[in-house]
Amino acid sequence: MIWQQLHSLAGSYPLALRGLGMTVVLSLISLVLGTLFGFGLGILRTGGNQLIGNVIGAWVDLIRGTPFLVQIFLIFFILPEFGIELDAFTAGVIALTNLAACFICEIVAAGIRSVPTGQVEAALASGLSRWQRLRQVVLPQAMRIVLPPLVGQYVLLIKDSSVVSAIGLTDLTRVGWLVVQRVPNGLLVFFLVGVGYFMVCYPLIMLARRLERRMGAVHGEVQL
Amino acid sequence: MLENFSFRTIVEYLPLFGQGLITTVWLSALSFAGALAIGIVLAAMNLQRGWLFRVPAKAYIDAVRATPLLAQLYFLYFGLPRLGLVLPELVVGIIALSLNSGAYVAEIIRAGILSIPRGQVEAGVSSGMTYVQRMRFVILPQAFKVTIPPLLGQAIVLVKDSALLSLISVSELTRAGQLLASDRFMPAEGFLTIAAFYLLLYYCLKGLAALSSRWLGLQPARSST
Repeated sequence: MIWQQLHSLAGSYPLALRGLGMTVVLSLISLVLGTLFGFGLGILRTGGNQLIGNVIGAWVDLIRGTPFLVQIFLIFFILPEFGIELDAFTAGVIALTNLAACFICEIVAAGIRSVPTGQVEAALASGLSRWQRLRQVVLPQAMRIVLPPLVGQYVLLIKDSSVVSAIGLTDLTRVGWLVVQRVPNGLLVFFLVGVGYFMVCYPLIMLARRLERRMGAVHGEVQL
Repeated sequence: MLENFSFRTIVEYLPLFGQGLITTVWLSALSFAGALAIGIVLAAMNLQRGWLFRVPAKAYIDAVRATPLLAQLYFLYFGLPRLGLVLPELVVGIIALSLNSGAYVAEIIRAGILSIPRGQVEAGVSSGMTYVQRMRFVILPQAFKVTIPPLLGQAIVLVKDSALLSLISVSELTRAGQLLASDRFMPAEGFLTIAAFYLLLYYCLKGLAALSSRWLGLQPARSST
């Protein structure tokens, strides 16, 4: 019986590859967009304009305070009421990008705040423009704080992408769900799904750990 | 647009939402208790010097952290019956949440224990304390303090993660929203209402986290040791 199931599973190989492809593509697009928006928002948040900073802070709180599943449902089912028709893929990308941008915004803001004010003052005294200060003084130093949690955030993003299966996108998790209807062995099917995610996520987790150790060593900080 | 947003329907469905909210709260609380128990055991195993306990604990933690909760949930939901364990969806959900959060809690506790300076342990040793005494009187009281805020952070994550249980038809808060959305074709009413309820829980826990770090005197996020 197990051989029959394995045989049947082997037949689902192309479907599984498509699911893995969907997970990777979806995560990659959202990761790039989320990083861009996240850095933009983080810089704006610490840019000195109180109002903009507060508005961004409030939005980030709204996103951090609600489950991702609910956010996806809101985007997928409610935006059409405003006349914006979305297919599942676009809705997934929007939801994931927004989520990533919000978390990355906080990471970037924390990194920028960690740069001693003396550095900014020195840059000011050297007559650097606003952009130069950011580009050449603040961001390079902030990156040490930003990089390890940023990579960790990418892992979370890939894992959160599994939730888009709820609106019918055929990603890796959805493929598992489809296959298990035909091959009634949940342990085996979702073990294989897990292996798929593990192959993508684990190298990133290792990278995050290495960065943490490296950056920590440079700074000589005590980890809380 | 949302011009026919129906507050009346929301009020009509309020008992359902209330029930969902209560279910979400207690199943999260139960799962968090489970996660604490699993986390403490895993952290203790992970801190051993010998590989016999450390390696399985590490493997478990990595496996959980590198795979999505939804896949883990389906693994148990479709897999447990295979092992002859036919459990109600709610129980499967609580088990999945506990097992998942347990791995993260283990890392928080381990980081807390490792944050205690070596000098503290050495002072304990030179005062003639046994291993258990050092743990009980020196390390754990200090480690406990630094783990409280991140543990509350994990509790927030757990409450949000519990929304996924609606996908295996556990009637918690998100499920209540889905019911309203599908019964009356009112997704806006359903999902915005549950979003508000989740925010309520979020701000409660966030406030608690802020209070706890003030009480524990952890206000400056980084200590200068």
